[in-house]
Amino acid sequence: MLQRKKVIAWLAGLAVATAAGAVVAQQTQYVPLLSYRIGAYAAGGSGIFGGYIDYMNYINLKEGGINGVKLAWEECETEYNNSRGVECYERLKKGGSGASVVQPLSTGITYSLIDRVATDKIPMVTIGYGRTDAADGRVFPWVFPAITTYWSQASAMIRYIASKEGGEANLKGKKIVHLYHDSAYGKEPIAVFQAYAKKDGFELTEIAVPHPGNEQQSQWLQIRQIKPDYVILWGWGVMNPTALKAAAKIGFPREKMIGVWWAGSEEDVIPAGAAAKGYTTAVFNVAGKDLSLVQDIVKVVYGAGKGNMEDKDRVGSVYHVRGIVHGIITVEAIRKAQEKYGKGKVMTGEQIRWGLENLNLDDARLKAINAAGMMPPTKLTCADHEGSGLVKFQTWDGSKWKIVTDWIAPDKQMIRGMIEDSAAKYAKEKNITPRDCSKES
Amino acid sequence: MSFFFEVLIGGLLSGVMYSLVALGFVLIYKASGVFNFAQGAMVFFAAMTFVGLNEAGLGFWLAFVVTTGVMVVGALLTERIVLRPLVNQPQITLFMATIGLTFFLEGLTQMIWGSTPLGLELGIQDQPLDWLMDKTGINVSQFDLFAAAVAGILVAVLAVFFQKTRIGRALRAVADDHQAALSIGIPLQQIWGIVWATAGFVALVSGLMWGARNGVQFALTFTALKALPVLILGGFESVPGAIVGGLIVGASEKLAEVYVGPMVGGGIESWVAYVIALLFLLVRPEGLFGEKHIDRV
Amino acid sequence: MLYREAGQFKTAYATDQQIFPIRQDRVAVIAVVAFAFLVVPVIGNQYWLSAILIPFLIFSLAALGLNILTGYAGQLSLGTAAFMAVGAFAAYNFVLRVPGIPLLVAFALAGGCAALVGIVFGLPSLRIKGFYLAVATLAAQFFIVWALVRFPWFSNYSSSGVITAQQMKIFGVAFDTPLEKYLLVLSIVSLMALAAKNMVRSEVGRAWMAVRDMDVAAEVIGIRIMYTKLTAFAVSSFYCGVAGALFAYAYLGTVEPEAFTLDLSFRILFMVIIGGMGSVLGSFLGAGFIVMLPIVLNISIPALNRLLYALVQWSLPASITSNLELMVFGGLIIFFLIVEPHGLARLWQIGKEKLRLWPFPH
Repeated sequence: MLQRKKVIAWLAGLAVATAAGAVVAQQTQYVPLLSYRIGAYAAGGSGIFGGYIDYMNYINLKEGGINGVKLAWEECETEYNNSRGVECYERLKKGGSGASVVQPLSTGITYSLIDRVATDKIPMVTIGYGRTDAADGRVFPWVFPAITTYWSQASAMIRYIASKEGGEANLKGKKIVHLYHDSAYGKEPIAVFQAYAKKDGFELTEIAVPHPGNEQQSQWLQIRQIKPDYVILWGWGVMNPTALKAAAKIGFPREKMIGVWWAGSEEDVIPAGAAAKGYTTAVFNVAGKDLSLVQDIVKVVYGAGKGNMEDKDRVGSVYHVRGIVHGIITVEAIRKAQEKYGKGKVMTGEQIRWGLENLNLDDARLKAINAAGMMPPTKLTCADHEGSGLVKFQTWDGSKWKIVTDWIAPDKQMIRGMIEDSAAKYAKEKNITPRDCSKES
Repeated sequence: MSFFFEVLIGGLLSGVMYSLVALGFVLIYKASGVFNFAQGAMVFFAAMTFVGLNEAGLGFWLAFVVTTGVMVVGALLTERIVLRPLVNQPQITLFMATIGLTFFLEGLTQMIWGSTPLGLELGIQDQPLDWLMDKTGINVSQFDLFAAAVAGILVAVLAVFFQKTRIGRALRAVADDHQAALSIGIPLQQIWGIVWATAGFVALVSGLMWGARNGVQFALTFTALKALPVLILGGFESVPGAIVGGLIVGASEKLAEVYVGPMVGGGIESWVAYVIALLFLLVRPEGLFGEKHIDRV
Repeated sequence: MLYREAGQFKTAYATDQQIFPIRQDRVAVIAVVAFAFLVVPVIGNQYWLSAILIPFLIFSLAALGLNILTGYAGQLSLGTAAFMAVGAFAAYNFVLRVPGIPLLVAFALAGGCAALVGIVFGLPSLRIKGFYLAVATLAAQFFIVWALVRFPWFSNYSSSGVITAQQMKIFGVAFDTPLEKYLLVLSIVSLMALAAKNMVRSEVGRAWMAVRDMDVAAEVIGIRIMYTKLTAFAVSSFYCGVAGALFAYAYLGTVEPEAFTLDLSFRILFMVIIGGMGSVLGSFLGAGFIVMLPIVLNISIPALNRLLYALVQWSLPASITSNLELMVFGGLIIFFLIVEPHGLARLWQIGKEKLRLWPFPH
């Protein structure tokens, strides 16, 4: 009998707790977070979602929400697993006032949600991952690979290498190795690199590293034989420090290794120790504790004891600032939507989609939100869901990342053409009639 | 030709790294018939604990001793809580239980030590031996040689332990026949505790080696996958099998990747080790050094 | 009292050989199926249908496939996810490349492709036994995923190797909403489960069990080992292949080859072990358990955390609760294996024994 009472008490407690959660969510702008804080991807997940939550807390504490509408959120652990991600999405999408924006931070989950977000009318923002051709907003009205995509990055990488060699003409006869994680992710940029190899006349070798990439002896022996001028590292997780160590082992200069933005965080280079010095990667967000927005967040959010990062040393790290950028895109899209649909009101997914399609984070706006220089200026439209595609390059000096270039633009014309071709193929397979963007308001 | 030798030597040395992990599997399988999938998680747990303690201010050796202690306690708890109630269950049930243990250990490790990858320096640079490089042009890493030496010492110590000590003899008896060992008064549970503790120690050593090479992070659990083909090839019950299997798998997978890989698009390392193991098994179904199994009706 | 077969006389061989010889079983099965077809569509909301019931049914089918191989025929497989991947990619290519092919035919052909691949990787089972056999299925696991990533033809030259399932249309009827998809999946799974139930009590099923219990003895009494083992691999892979096609078409929509990881294979093996080896019912119970458990943990642990916050104004950070979920998941699996090593199906059997005597146990 006693036990039954105990159980009832527990259940009552649970009900109260859930109800309390629900009450808080009323009259707030609700953001579901498909986060992951365990497993092999945890370093990225905890940093980015930490930054995302920190920024939303910052807006709530500093401005009292977006024009008075506070942000509320709920986390669901996806373990970076497609099935878990879909379940989390389905569970959270009806939470609070209804989901505003979903950012799955996993390419696999992004793919699984593309059809679902269109049915549910919830915009999905995939910054720097996910489906590249979704940048064509006419075919993918609900998906926003905002700021930049893998293809743009590949193009910017070649331009960066060209700038070091004194122009694209000098790439002729050079040897470049694309060392990639053997998966959909690693194969994504190959088409772009091949197009450039043809155009600029450099010799491209693609070398695959099987998942998880903790063993790269044979790949680097091949590289030693090829003696390339540059190695592009399209890695993930343990593959990155392993590659840096292996490069040191064969004496390949780290200065000639150019990493993707998922290979360019503190977590990627610290395990490699001294072997990482001189290694350069692309980034679409600048990192550093001295950024004025980061300092303000530390003051406002962490000062109030609401900071999300357990390890305070990671505040201002690449992943943490990337999370802040995720937060900025979300908040600014909601703000833009409120300008049209009523300030101080809770926005629906459809209204936020309008906000995203009319988002214009120019230098002035970035300055106003204290993020100038932290992320590239970005303007989204109905047809272009990507924006500027600008990236900077940063070099690891042994203790921190140092930005070494200004924003470098991709060959937007070439990339846009490839995106439109690929999106058109998708539209044909799925029987989608692309929207006519001239008719959108 | 020197390139061929370079690939071969590199492969053999990588193989030793696989053997280190496989050794932990073999110890446990030999004594208790459990295919312990949690060995990878144990490597992760041991390495994280070591680095965590080290960063907390304990010196290298103190951290090493304390971590060994933690692994021993963990082994005894595992034996008491997980294995003892599952005595006499089918192998596959035990296998599944160790996967459950894997989840538990992964969660525990990340809860205590966080999910950020950490660096580990053992003071041996992962750089080529200069004199060998100058003389022959063959690139052999100091660190790989060091790891091979550690593995060699570990195997030698284990061999002495198994062959010369009282506990070692009891261990072999248990491995041979649980029932018979019990009936002559060998305490089965105690032996299992010792074996799991030894496997924990082996996990610590391989965690240090792999961690120094690639960083101490979650991916250490994947080392178990590298050990699987080695284990199958060498035979589940054989310590020398783990070593020889590691050498064969390491060398052949590197040679295959370098010489066959480019023809089919590369990345074949992920499965080629299994195919090699499969080919060996078709000739010897119980692995190279495994105990021959006689079917009786 | 409730569950007693006394008084149910069989007067013909046909009634003696029927699939559920006890009336109560028949009633129960019909009731469950009727509930699933008639009541669930009315009471189930979109979340339940598309996030829990559809994956549950698909995983049940995969678990059933693996159970045929491991539970009935005694051949360990760690490559279930790879056979699902074959099914998914084969279905995609049949629909893409054969204009006007009926969807169900494409699914059946996809299952057939998986069966052929299963036979190829089942061949070593004639010589290798026990855990050593795991190497053959592990080779399948890694080789198939590698091949699907490597050869762009499989994914119709998509730059990232991802396939997008076409719209599901059967006789001009589109299956778009979660409810329609649920009914389609449910129909396929029910039919295939019925077929499996029948198969395991047929000649081939009995041969599988004989091989499982002792293959040398089975050979001595005249069972063809090669035929038996290979049919087990073929049938099992067929089921997994269809499950994989449904996984892509009715559940995820867009799939990359990496979705079919070793981890997924392990999860399906868990379903079989927790549910009960050698039991059709067990496959469903196990799938339900493994699909639901992480969700229950993911809801209850944060809820407890909120309760903690309400009580003492302090709660655990998200990274701790996430890891706690994983630990409890692992711990519960060990706990269930210890408490009932023969799986949930065995618990059900014990329950039936008790019901037979209830309420007069003596």
